[in-house]
Amino acid sequence: MNLRIANGLLVDPVAGTEHKADLFVAGETIVDEGAIPAGFRVDRVIDATGKVVCPGLVDLSARLREPGFEYRATLESELAAAVAGGVTTLACPPDTEPPLDEPGLVEMLKRRAASLRLAHVHPIGALTQGLRGERLTEMAELTEAGCVAFSQDDRPFADLTVLWRSLQYATTFGFPVWLRPEDPGLAAGGVAHDGEVATRLGLAGIPAVAETIAIAAILLLARETGARVHLCRLSTTEGVEMVRKARADGLPVTCDVSAHHIHLSEMDIGYFDAHCRLSPPLRSLRDREALVRGLADGTIDAICSDHTPIDDDGKQLPFGEAEPGATGLELLLPLALKWGAEANLPLARILERVTSGPARLLNLPAPSLAPGAAADLCVFDRDAWWRVEPSALKSQGKNTPFTGYELQGRVCATLVGGRLVYESPPPPDRKP
Amino acid sequence: MPRNPQLNQHGELQHLLSIEGLPQDVVIHILDTARSFLPVSEREIKKVPLLRGKSVFNLFFEPSTRTRTTFEIAAKRLSADVVNLNIATSSQTKGESLIDTVANLAAMHADMFVVRHASSGAPYLIARHLTSDIHVVNAGDGRHAHPTQALLDVFAIRHYKGEFSNLKIAIVGDILHSRVARSEIHALTTLGVPEVRVVGPRTLMPAQVEKLGVRVFHDMATGLKDVDVVMMLRLQNERMNGALLPSAQEFFKSYGLTEERLAVAASNAIVMHPGPMNRGVEIDSAVADGSQSVILPQVTFGIAVRMAVMAILAGGG
Repeated sequence: MNLRIANGLLVDPVAGTEHKADLFVAGETIVDEGAIPAGFRVDRVIDATGKVVCPGLVDLSARLREPGFEYRATLESELAAAVAGGVTTLACPPDTEPPLDEPGLVEMLKRRAASLRLAHVHPIGALTQGLRGERLTEMAELTEAGCVAFSQDDRPFADLTVLWRSLQYATTFGFPVWLRPEDPGLAAGGVAHDGEVATRLGLAGIPAVAETIAIAAILLLARETGARVHLCRLSTTEGVEMVRKARADGLPVTCDVSAHHIHLSEMDIGYFDAHCRLSPPLRSLRDREALVRGLADGTIDAICSDHTPIDDDGKQLPFGEAEPGATGLELLLPLALKWGAEANLPLARILERVTSGPARLLNLPAPSLAPGAAADLCVFDRDAWWRVEPSALKSQGKNTPFTGYELQGRVCATLVGGRLVYESPPPPDRKP
Repeated sequence: MPRNPQLNQHGELQHLLSIEGLPQDVVIHILDTARSFLPVSEREIKKVPLLRGKSVFNLFFEPSTRTRTTFEIAAKRLSADVVNLNIATSSQTKGESLIDTVANLAAMHADMFVVRHASSGAPYLIARHLTSDIHVVNAGDGRHAHPTQALLDVFAIRHYKGEFSNLKIAIVGDILHSRVARSEIHALTTLGVPEVRVVGPRTLMPAQVEKLGVRVFHDMATGLKDVDVVMMLRLQNERMNGALLPSAQEFFKSYGLTEERLAVAASNAIVMHPGPMNRGVEIDSAVADGSQSVILPQVTFGIAVRMAVMAILAGGG
């Protein structure tokens, strides 16, 4: 199929450029821009007048719930949600049931995902068997099966020796290790940031030091082993500062933040809103500001959706009993745009944090609109306001603290490998 | 943030979930109403017909004898029909969800739920899932709130001290885990008490507790100096030995209320305790049974205050 994406604003996050032009796609790749190439037969025109055309979004953390939690969500529902959110590539954490600790599981997941021909799925393998934090997994085998990095997800290590050895082992073969920094003992029993709101509401606290002590241990061991460590979902002011300093000292550490944590704080818990029960917890306004700044100055490399579909049975509970997490794939783009607008950043720099930034962490080729690049594209209306209605989300998870928010930026079309995999219904007042 | 869920659109009390966010005039109205109910319990026929034909369900998801009994007595003195459900031992263990349990009971035409639950915020969740003709009274949720206890405490303070605007009050003990302390702090600051203190070791103070409007003390000699009211808290057994405290004995040595310690307070200071007391852990028997103790009158006031809350919610009072 030959496509002409007509008259859009082409934004290239790597080059940092934006200009208005037509973009031509043939088969799976971008072939040209500007004037129609000689001999190019247009099969279909996508009108992008007034719209932005950019590389598809890359999400570092989206739980697809397969295998094991198919009652919560399926690959079909969540990958449909991904492309509806303009996400063309995503990494899924290993916290399935069983966890992604065997090559067969990873191969099956990859094959199932590929057969749906929606977003590209890159599994993160379990760092330890069963995520129990005791014995290493067969990382070389898992890498061959398709794992792009290894993670312990939210589970603890038996002790620091296992973390140390796993970094040594992964580094031997150059496997990236992704860690969410949280000391299990300091976080034990906690359900909210250990601050003013938890005190008022009588919720057990997770102190900021639960994160910073874990970061300190990881950074020391990363220095010791030379491991390439990626820190997932920072939540504290001090955590961002520690990463900034480690980088200034030459340590090759990277990190991301969830789209929730750059917009919400402990204050949003209000009267025990279980949709604000997240992991890590929503922290203070000061922490939120530090995350926003860290993202703008490049200390934080990427925004992830931290997509976690949870059904009503898991959320219609008293705050502390509710499962942590929120749906996010379809909110990633508007939440990134909201951050960028508030930080007064140019569009290319905003999009960098959800396209080329995370792609770099996955060791993928830099997303691009240049001829020859894969036609993984997102076309969106940056001016369109829409109201978050959970029932309208494609994800099986309707759990979001942003219910009722008016957000700006609506995906119009998504292409994966040159195929039009999502197209928003045209507004009723306009002819298709 | 959503509207305060315990007030209706006219600013009237729909549920009693927390003291926080209650307007001062609502608190005063409850206290005034409670005063009018005090004589009822001294009559030969201890009943008024305000809640005749209404059904009050005591939903206790956490075991409690004392609080449940006082609510039961209060409801019966208002002529309500009372159903006691100890859910800790019934449907919850069969896997029925909290929401389903409450929906089933609401379908039996309950007028009021009195809820005790181990999780902070559970009464809010229940209130959100009920129609506006059903009222919820929080009888203690997790570490969050115990509003009727705080109301009876300020009722007692008003009874003995007259007014609030010239008082120094100290709350002593395990502030971190105490729903009573949180509700007391809100009640006292709402009523305009100029100095509310909390006294205890750092391990039993919640983060940023001073943001609730209290002064923090870590020793009894300065914490109790010149106070007009000493409000003791119960120390739960499971907190006594571990990473929070070394032992009950050492706690008593540092924070137990003895006659010597009480001597630095104002000479006419009163001593309160929400019960049940650990004699020799947080309070010495000589003080608990002494002339400054108002611990037993607190229990009597508790009936009148709970009658007032129920009458205002469901009786059009």
